[in-house]
Amino acid sequence: MEGVLLTVDGEGESTTDADGNWSVPVSGPGTYTVTLDAETLPEGVSLADADRASLEVLVEAGQAKTTLFALSSGAGGDDADDGSGITGRRVAQLTVEGLKQGLYLAMAAIGLSLIFGTTGLVNFAHAELVTWGQLMTFFFNYYGLAGLIGFLAPLPGPFGDGVNLIFAALLGMVMGGLMGYALDRGIFRGMRRSGVSLIAQMVITIGLSIVMRYVFLYFFGGNPRFFRDFAGQQAISIGPVEITPKDLVAMIISIIVLIIVGGLLQFTRMGKAMRAVADNRDLAESSGIDVQRVISIVWISGGALAALGGVFFGLDQIKWDFGFRILLLIFASVTLGGLGTAYGALVGALVVGVVINLSTIFIDVELKNMVALLVLVLILLFRPQGILGRAERVG
Amino acid sequence: MTDDGTTTDGATATAEEFENPVEGVFDDVERTPGVAKPDPILVAENVVRRFGGLTAVDVDKVQIQRGAITALIGPNGAGKTTFFNLLTGFDKPDSGHVELNGKSIDGVASHRLAAQGMVRTFQLTKALSRLTVLENMMLGAKDQAGENILKALVSPLWRSQETSVEESARALIERFKLTHMTDEYAGTLSGGQRKLVEMARALMTDPELVMLDEPMAGVNPALTQSLLGHVKQLRAEGRSVVFVEHDMDVVSDISDWVVVMAEGRIIAEGPPASIAENQTVVDAYLGSHHDSELTFDDDDQPDHGGDDADEGAAEEADSDDSEPEPSAAVDEAADEERGDDDE
Amino acid sequence: MLAFDWDIILTQTFSQAFGTQAMVFALAAIGLNIHFGYTGLLNFGQVGFMAAGAYGVGMSVFWLDWGFWPGLPLGVFYCLALALILGIPTLRLRADYLAITTIAASESIRLFVRWRGNRDRTGAAEGINDFADPFYDLNTLFTRPGNRSYEFLFWEYRADDLWVMLIGWTTVVVLLLFTWQLMRSPWGRVLRAIREDEDAARALGKNAYSYKLQALAIGGVIGGIAGMLQAIDKQSVQPDTFNPIITFMIWTVLIVGGAGRVWSPVAGAMFFWGVISGLKAFMRELLDTNAEDELERFLNLSVINIDQVQFMIFGLTLMLFMRYRPQGFFGSREEMALDDR
Repeated sequence: MEGVLLTVDGEGESTTDADGNWSVPVSGPGTYTVTLDAETLPEGVSLADADRASLEVLVEAGQAKTTLFALSSGAGGDDADDGSGITGRRVAQLTVEGLKQGLYLAMAAIGLSLIFGTTGLVNFAHAELVTWGQLMTFFFNYYGLAGLIGFLAPLPGPFGDGVNLIFAALLGMVMGGLMGYALDRGIFRGMRRSGVSLIAQMVITIGLSIVMRYVFLYFFGGNPRFFRDFAGQQAISIGPVEITPKDLVAMIISIIVLIIVGGLLQFTRMGKAMRAVADNRDLAESSGIDVQRVISIVWISGGALAALGGVFFGLDQIKWDFGFRILLLIFASVTLGGLGTAYGALVGALVVGVVINLSTIFIDVELKNMVALLVLVLILLFRPQGILGRAERVG
Repeated sequence: MTDDGTTTDGATATAEEFENPVEGVFDDVERTPGVAKPDPILVAENVVRRFGGLTAVDVDKVQIQRGAITALIGPNGAGKTTFFNLLTGFDKPDSGHVELNGKSIDGVASHRLAAQGMVRTFQLTKALSRLTVLENMMLGAKDQAGENILKALVSPLWRSQETSVEESARALIERFKLTHMTDEYAGTLSGGQRKLVEMARALMTDPELVMLDEPMAGVNPALTQSLLGHVKQLRAEGRSVVFVEHDMDVVSDISDWVVVMAEGRIIAEGPPASIAENQTVVDAYLGSHHDSELTFDDDDQPDHGGDDADEGAAEEADSDDSEPEPSAAVDEAADEERGDDDE
Repeated sequence: MLAFDWDIILTQTFSQAFGTQAMVFALAAIGLNIHFGYTGLLNFGQVGFMAAGAYGVGMSVFWLDWGFWPGLPLGVFYCLALALILGIPTLRLRADYLAITTIAASESIRLFVRWRGNRDRTGAAEGINDFADPFYDLNTLFTRPGNRSYEFLFWEYRADDLWVMLIGWTTVVVLLLFTWQLMRSPWGRVLRAIREDEDAARALGKNAYSYKLQALAIGGVIGGIAGMLQAIDKQSVQPDTFNPIITFMIWTVLIVGGAGRVWSPVAGAMFFWGVISGLKAFMRELLDTNAEDELERFLNLSVINIDQVQFMIFGLTLMLFMRYRPQGFFGSREEMALDDR
């Protein structure tokens, strides 16, 4: 339900987006009063209980608090809130949303595809690397380096206190890379060496995904939270499209990062080595490429990229199971583009992002992720090697 | 056929007992690529397979004589395995036509070919590790009622057939001298024993045409003799055999007819003796920097297109299965023999 | 001095080892055993089949007004349809595509039944409740009024649960016999051959695709039966009970029991469910003692996140068993060692 005005006493106001979500950043923990302006509700919709237009909300540090208003729709007003009609404006807006999601997805997906390409392993815990980046960035954003090195706590700035999100995101990427390295070194390298079958390795990634996810839940808690910076920005209009500045910047950064990744893959020695290993591992090994090292670097860069993707997705909200929620989209992306190819993951992610967002013109928003499943099944039926994949590698 | 009476190995002794029912059949056949045979069982025409921009196989015409042992040889990367996969339905050609017993088998799924009398083995031996040798063998039998899900639930419907299948399986196990391993898991067998199991299992389908993909690769010399004996026995039983091989000595010893591939094409055909003298063939191998005579298991390989494609196809067949590459340590040794040094 | 109530811990352990949860997991794992243990199919969406079965029953009552009993065949039908939808596109391809598709599908099913547009069909987020009375009406063995509790040594169950358990464990035994018969038949031999090497099976004239589809369907229907019994036990189907985590708990149960043997899903379910429940009871007891503050301070452990610890244990067990003891707790090392040659 779009365009409903909400006011938080003494803090600010916000209007709801297309999904009826809204957020207002508050200065700190405490109790706030949230008031819904009944005048701004769409026609035919009213508060279920007119006395409850204002609600008291207790907010804890670093935590998002959800406030729900019960609404009821009057006669004939059913589903009036869905927004309707195919207007050029809506298509443009959804396309941009789709590109945004696609770009973020691409960063989450490239690592998965490269790891598959070089090792043959579909890493079901890859989504947890996305969450990991999000959580670590959140952590640095709030607590700075003191979180890692305790005695820095009394110091100001980047040491004791929280650090700016941009710096935190860089640290988050480093942690993402480290996690990628640790997983490969600690778990998968040994298994490759002792010849554990890929099937068994895949089952192990599933176990890993559960462990990581519930460790996140254990320490982070179940409620969504937000970064300290850039929360609750107002959208600006560019032509027919509305977008928040942070998303605009994130999209631009994504494009730059993806171009750099593409360039590195295409032109550097390591990039060529990665593609050679993905192409034919034995051949690469016998022509003097240190395959283990290439695989390590693939894990590191995959982890770092996934972390950055996680940070960008986290501009909306941060949640312990965020990665798992987009796992379906990641898989649809890499399969659509061609499992094992980096460029495929990029193209696939953009297509999936745009398609599922545009699909909301015709179907309920709640079902949009199911469209990704449909895409997945269709591509497997008609072109299992993906858009950019080579036919003979699929089986 | 050369007589090597030097070994006292039992397998060799038996090998020499088998008659060659097609002796002399090829006397009037011209020694040119694509030549027609008196009684072909398998015919391929204009078969083309491309991988990306690379043409891995481009065979104008080849006929396989019924009842004979035909060898398919060629330098590494010649497209032999890819061609083999196309003939056996494990890969689809981009264009072309294949006939088995005069009937087209274009687009026929690989599993249906067994019913039509063609069975194949694999270069990377596919013994079914966690099935016993006996189960491996029994799997091969055709038309088993108990392989239908509904009949499987009612034992009496398949019990008696199972008994007769078991009998013939045990007979074959004995023929291949694996009796002591009957109830062992196939995964515990040595590489050579697995080759035997795979060949014996193929015979359980009672095939007319047996397609062997490098049956002797990575097998020790004594066992090679035994395998050769079994191949000759197949011919003596009236079956046709096609096999891919890289060792010329083996080829000249047992084959009646040799087909040579290079860079995806058939470059020569003829009896083994004529092939060894064929200048085109010698050039093809010399062109690939082989310093010795016609042994093709050298390290130094030419850098030509077909190589990649051949590898790709082998890899594909491999990645299809549920136990990918790292598992096949034994077989990989055989694979390495083919040499992958492209750069 | 820590004083535990061992009685509670043991009661939990033994009651849960035979309880409805263990039974549901045993059933679902029997299905998964046919998929993974015998055919080598990576089904990462078994919970989707459970949901299909459960919603078959629920929707028959709630949406179609057919009543409870026709819901059972409807659930089976849903499972078969799901198996075809998932299997047809993926089973010709490499094993990982089935894994990707099933995990995606099971989550999509949850989203779909949860969708408010399905309010009249699936009850959306609230689900469907109190539809299984006809099932409990057949219970003539255990006194229903008051749903009294039965106790014996360490075992303690309510009358309704006992009835579900009686029917459920009987189903388990029947399905074990079914699996046993299938797997000793030539049909089962083909499945195992496909597990070992699909190409070899095809070269010998076996239509691997068709067999895999059959295995997916049969295992899926058994998963659906597990879902039905769970729905009956809880008298409720609710989207969020079909969380993907359930699939991986089933995997853990199967791997602990040892994939590819007839009895192992049951052994795994009873063993693992008993141990986990005992452990949870133990942790709760621990938190009841004066160690509570320490635990909360140092480990952040509290009554709220015991379940989270449980899931971590599931995940860790799955990893460790798959890595170091893939033949399961009860299997022989030699047989599994062959797997990796």
